[in-house]
Amino acid sequence: MTGAPAQVTSRPLVRIRGLRKSFGGQVVLDGVDLDVHQGEVAVLLGPSGSGKSTLLRTVNHLERPDAGVVEVGGELVGHRYHGGRLHESGPRTIARQRAGIGMVFQQFNLFPHLSVLDNLVEAPVAVRGVPRRQAAARARDLLERVGLAGREDAFPRQLSGGQQQRVAIARALAMEPQLLLFDEPTSALDPELVGEVLAVMKDLARSGMTMLVVTHEIAFAREVADTVVFLDGGRIVESGAPERVLTDPRHERSRAFLAAVL
Amino acid sequence: MSSSDTSARPRAAALAPAPEPPPPLHRLEDLLAAPRVAPRRPGRWISALVLLVLAAMLVHTVVTNPRFQWGTVGAYLLDGSILRGLELTLWLTAAVMATGYLLGIGVAAMRLSGNPVLAPLGFGFVWLLRSVPPLVQLLFWYELASLYPRLSLGIPFGHEFVTVRTAHLFSGVLAAYVGLSLDVAAFSSEIVRGGLLSVERGQTEAAQALGLGRTRIFRRIVLPQAMPAIVPASGNLLIGMLKATSIVSVIAVQDLLYSAQLIYNQNFLVIPLLLVATLWYVVLTTLLSAGQFLVERRFARGRDQRTATSFRRILRGNAPLLAGLS
Repeated sequence: MTGAPAQVTSRPLVRIRGLRKSFGGQVVLDGVDLDVHQGEVAVLLGPSGSGKSTLLRTVNHLERPDAGVVEVGGELVGHRYHGGRLHESGPRTIARQRAGIGMVFQQFNLFPHLSVLDNLVEAPVAVRGVPRRQAAARARDLLERVGLAGREDAFPRQLSGGQQQRVAIARALAMEPQLLLFDEPTSALDPELVGEVLAVMKDLARSGMTMLVVTHEIAFAREVADTVVFLDGGRIVESGAPERVLTDPRHERSRAFLAAVL
Repeated sequence: MSSSDTSARPRAAALAPAPEPPPPLHRLEDLLAAPRVAPRRPGRWISALVLLVLAAMLVHTVVTNPRFQWGTVGAYLLDGSILRGLELTLWLTAAVMATGYLLGIGVAAMRLSGNPVLAPLGFGFVWLLRSVPPLVQLLFWYELASLYPRLSLGIPFGHEFVTVRTAHLFSGVLAAYVGLSLDVAAFSSEIVRGGLLSVERGQTEAAQALGLGRTRIFRRIVLPQAMPAIVPASGNLLIGMLKATSIVSVIAVQDLLYSAQLIYNQNFLVIPLLLVATLWYVVLTTLLSAGQFLVERRFARGRDQRTATSFRRILRGNAPLLAGLS
C-alpha cells in the first residue's frame, strides 16, 4: 500500500510552470503554475475567457504555449530540452504523448462516420497495435461501464447527447490513459442529461483516475474534486480543497464568481 | 390629469360587464370526426399538363421528322472511326481527371498548409488557371513552339543537359492532355479544399488527442467525412470534362466529336452524325451518373438518412415535376 500519504510528497503527475499563451495580443494564460498528483481530481473554475480551456489544451499540446512548461509523468510535453534550448517535438513524439492523455470535449467530437464500437477500437488498434478482436472485447467492457452495453453498432447520430458523451469518455478510456482531461463535458447537454455524464465521471474519480476537469458544475466540484482551482484573467487567483475554496473564498474574484453561479 | 381620468373612466365602464364568450361555431365532436382534405393545387396540375404536352410534342417531332435520319444514325452508331473516337474521348477524360486530381490534391494541400510560400503559390495557380478559358489554354499549349522554340532540362539559369524542339514535343493530344489536366487541377483543388474544410476542426483534435498520426487522421477521419462534399462536385466536374474534351476537335485530335465531323465533312450528313456523338455522350453520362450515385451511397454512412438511400429519391429530387405530383 503506497497509497494516499505518499501522494503529497511524490512528484506530481502533471506539473505546469510559468505557462503563458496569448492569441493575437490577447493574453489568455499569464503565468500559470499547477500540480496535479496521481489519483487526484482537480476542477478548474472561472468565468468564460479566463483561460481554463486553453490551460487544459496545453496539457496535451493541442495549444502550443508561448512560454513555460508542461510535464506529464515526468516527461516534458511537446518539447525536448537540448543544448540549452526547448525544441518542439516532432509529430510522432507528440502523438505518443497524447496517446497517454485522454481528452473529453464539450462537443463530444465522436467520429460520426464510424459506429460506436469503431470509435472505441480505432485508436487502440492504430496507435497501440492491439489486435482488433481484443480491442473490440475491451471496448464492449468499457461501454458496459458507462452504461451503454449493446449500443456498439449504433452510429453517434442515433444517440442522445448524454449517451454520446459517455461514448466519448469510453473512447478516451480505451487508450488506458494515465490522465483524463475534461473540457466542459456537460455544457452542451440538455439539463436532464447532465446527471448521467457526471455519474460516469464520479465513478471514474472513485476508481482512482487522475482527472483535470473544466466545468461549471459547482456541485460536482464540491463532491468529487480534491482541488478546486480558480482562474481569472489567465492567472490562478485561488486554489485549495473544495470545502474551503467553495465555502470561504478569499479572493474577491472567486467570491464574485461563486456569487454569480450559485 | 383630469382629462385623462375622464377618458379612462368610460373605457373601464365598458369593460365592466363580463364579455360573453362567443357561441362556438362548431361542435368539438364534429371537428374531431371530420375527414381531412388536402388543399387543391390547380397551378400544379396546369403546369404539369402544359409541360407534359410540350414534352410529348418534342418527342413526337424528334421521332417523326425524317430529317433527323434515324436510320443513318443507327448505321453510324457503331462505325469503326466513331468507336475509335469514343475510345480516345474515354481515355483522354480518364487521364485528364486522374492527373488533374493528383495535381489538385497537391494544390489543395499547398493552400491548406499555411506555408507562407506554398499557400499563395497555390492560390495563384488556381487564380490563373481558372481565369484562362480551357480552349485558349489548349491553343497556347498547341502553339507553345512559337513562344518557346526549344525546351531544355538543366540547372535553373545555368547549364542545360537536354534540349528538345517544342514542335516535336507537343502533339495535339499532348497539348489537350496538359491543358485540360491543369484546368481540372485548378477546379478540383477547390472542390477538395472545400470538402476538407467542411470537416469540423474538433474531429481532427479528437483524433490528435487519441494519439493518431497525421496520415491516419487524414485517411481514416477527415477524408471519409470530406467525401460527401467532394463526390457530387467531382461527379459534376467529371461529366463536364467528358464533354469538354470535345474542344480538342479544334486542334484536330480525333475524339468522338471530331470523328463524327470528319465523316460529315465527306458525306454532308451533319445532323445524324452529330446525333451519333450526342447519343454516345448521353450513354456515358448516364453511366457516370449511376456510378456517382453508388459512390455517394457508399459515403453516406452514419449521416443524416435523408442524404442517403434510394435511387428513386434521387430521381425525384432531379424531377421536381414528378415530386410535385406524387
